[in-house]
Amino acid sequence: MSWLLELRGITKSFPGVRALDNVDFQLRPGEVHALMGENGAGKSTLIKVMTGLFALDSGSMTLGGSPFQPKSPHHAAELGISTVYQEVNLVPNLSVAENVCLGRESRSWYGIRWRDMQARCRSALARLGLDIDPRMPLGSFSIAVQQMVAIARAVDVSAKVLVLDEPTSSLDRKETMHLFETVRKLRDDGIGIVFVTHFLDQVFEVADRTTVLRNGRLVGTFQTQGLTKLELVSHMIGRSAEGLVGDSSRERALSTGSPVLEAHGLGRKGSVQDISIDVRPGETLGLAGLLGSGRTETLRLLFGADKRTQGRLTTGGKEARAWSPRKAMAARLAFCPEDRKAEGVFPGLSVEENLTLVVQAKRGLWRKLGKRARQEIVDHFVEALQIKVPDIGRPVQTLSGGNQQKVILARWLATEPQVLLLDEPTRGIDVGAKFEVANIIDQMSSQGVAVVFVSSELDETVRSCARVYVLRDQRLVGELLAEDVNEQKIMAMIAGGSS
Amino acid sequence: MSRYKSPLLWPVLALLVLLVFNLVATPGFFHLEMRDGRLFGSLIDILNRGTPVLLLSLGMTLVIATGGIDLSVGAVMAIVGAVAACLIARPSGCVLNGIDAHGAVGTIVAISMMAALLCGLFNGFLVSVVGLQPFVATLLLMVAGRGLAQLLTDGQIVIFNHAGFQSLSTGATAGLVNPVWIAVVACVVSSMATHGTSLGQFIRAVGANPKAAFLSGINVQAVKAAAYVACALCAGVAGLIVTADIKGADANNAGLYLELDAILAVCIGGTSLAGGKFSFAGSVIGALVMQTLTTTILTRGVPAEATLVLKAVIVVAVCLLQARQSQAKVVVVKEATT
Repeated sequence: MSWLLELRGITKSFPGVRALDNVDFQLRPGEVHALMGENGAGKSTLIKVMTGLFALDSGSMTLGGSPFQPKSPHHAAELGISTVYQEVNLVPNLSVAENVCLGRESRSWYGIRWRDMQARCRSALARLGLDIDPRMPLGSFSIAVQQMVAIARAVDVSAKVLVLDEPTSSLDRKETMHLFETVRKLRDDGIGIVFVTHFLDQVFEVADRTTVLRNGRLVGTFQTQGLTKLELVSHMIGRSAEGLVGDSSRERALSTGSPVLEAHGLGRKGSVQDISIDVRPGETLGLAGLLGSGRTETLRLLFGADKRTQGRLTTGGKEARAWSPRKAMAARLAFCPEDRKAEGVFPGLSVEENLTLVVQAKRGLWRKLGKRARQEIVDHFVEALQIKVPDIGRPVQTLSGGNQQKVILARWLATEPQVLLLDEPTRGIDVGAKFEVANIIDQMSSQGVAVVFVSSELDETVRSCARVYVLRDQRLVGELLAEDVNEQKIMAMIAGGSS
Repeated sequence: MSRYKSPLLWPVLALLVLLVFNLVATPGFFHLEMRDGRLFGSLIDILNRGTPVLLLSLGMTLVIATGGIDLSVGAVMAIVGAVAACLIARPSGCVLNGIDAHGAVGTIVAISMMAALLCGLFNGFLVSVVGLQPFVATLLLMVAGRGLAQLLTDGQIVIFNHAGFQSLSTGATAGLVNPVWIAVVACVVSSMATHGTSLGQFIRAVGANPKAAFLSGINVQAVKAAAYVACALCAGVAGLIVTADIKGADANNAGLYLELDAILAVCIGGTSLAGGKFSFAGSVIGALVMQTLTTTILTRGVPAEATLVLKAVIVVAVCLLQARQSQAKVVVVKEATT
């Protein structure tokens, strides 16, 4: 079997991260090959390597048997690898024909041969079964059509390999079907297609083979036909489906109190839809799902960090109408965001200020905390959460990740919250700190605080939570209670029940 | 480990070097004498002349601490000056003639400062509600503000005679000229407003990480707007002093390029243009460095054209020295964490 495109031992590092570690990838002519993995698994990096955007650290690539060393995406396209990105990278106010032929216009000695270009464009579009006037501005068509035009442009360069990076994320069901027809047509013409998506169903619908990456490493390449969804999910998140047993060692008390926070049909345009959940005092509630399934978005809506466009929210039985972080704080909600660096710490401000700022914000402008009051808060939490800090006057970014995370937790615990929304509180911190954070969560819920816990690590969710809501593709797909909370059941639900 | 160095080290050192140079090279530089019940001398002159930039740099410090910049302060000075001059001189055909201040200094100042307040609210609105880049938002008023001032004065230089108003600049209280007192009061008020309340902390939080500040329940829009309002008010006071000083409003030249001097003073004072921290003391010293430099050059008889070049050289030197200091700090931090 001769490969159309073969990648061997690809390694690519960025400062602090090994994005790809000795990855192999082979593409046959005339196949649709899905590239799967969670965010950060290395899919995008691999594509950018193939298309010449990144230079390799080590490894080799061959295209059609001969060495392939693209210097830029443009060079890669000339050699036969074209890419269509998630966002349509075309010029909306130019005509369809100009877009398809941009940079490779048909010329003669007196200028551009428009008729020739339009004819070329028409035939490229016809190949995809698209009949539109090439003289119309591209922007006058729907995103789906624009996507087709982008593909037509890619194919017009006599592509041997077509890379589709999340092509369906802005398409509806019908448009997706049409796109898949096109993809199959191109496959039958002998083009090799690399297909990246985060929709599991689509993999099974269109892909012949599937390669799974995790944390920059190759998990394996599989025949899609012989694969179940559950297996695919377990490859992606790195736990075997069979070996999973629910951890029943811990007593999980289901809270019976009346809900402190309820959402009915909560949603936001272009984001999560129809989320109905309730949070009870003294329980730890998990939100599980793949990255991008809507976990973070749900928490942000609950806290008012993003404005909801649908649904109702009630706290303590009272309906919350206009909602914002300030209002949520007044209702004793607290929220630790996912991205500690971008949305959590105040770089340059001292540990002390980072720790007391939320309490101060809640007190307002005029009631400034005195030096002693601040000192008391800091002392209490440095002790209670075992924050390792040599000097609280130091800038917060000098602490380790785990200690920064504890400072942020402490910042919110100092407001004595009733509901604690934690988005990936254990991300990027070492194992010891993870354990400590889990203990803090247990402590909080035993004191009657309702904790909503989001983590990519399923075992952490299982360990901490008595009740878990599962999300898939921006929607709530189920709820698991007490002894049903185990990794196997959560994964089955994430995969969509078929296993 | 290197020893802790105050961020004020280099600006203070620059000021000291300038003073020592004058001690040696300029006879009578430190000479002070009482005349007509007030102090006279080069040092007093520096404080007096330096007051407008000092006031501007106080406001600019807050704006820069939120991660923004205000290019319109010079234009705001011109607007406020034009309003004050029109209220006093009441030139024919002026739109402000509908308001009769009866020549009362308090009323004139109050109405002029209302104009400054409006300018500040306008900038604050553009930056925090509309969400324009601060550079672009304040560029609007920088350009349009002078036009506005010219409309008020009908393109003329409005001159007036009003002993009470002029005393803002030329009068003296308890042996010191009034601008120095105004500067002192402005420093005390700024310090109290930011340290006596949690405003200073909120401003630094907004400058350091606006997203985190929003999630922490800080009203980011209001904090930003407050900084622009404070900045415009400072510019307003500076505009009044300049107008009182020249006994007239020159819409074309009042406060021209002073926004740049103010930004330089803030930089010299060690406030990072990236936002997140600020030092009034640093900015005050920065403003004094700028003015001492100007006065020194002038008293040494260096041609005026060379002044600007020399200023630029010294500013660059101070900023580079500071940058090296903060780079060293970063290295120390890295060593401590790894």
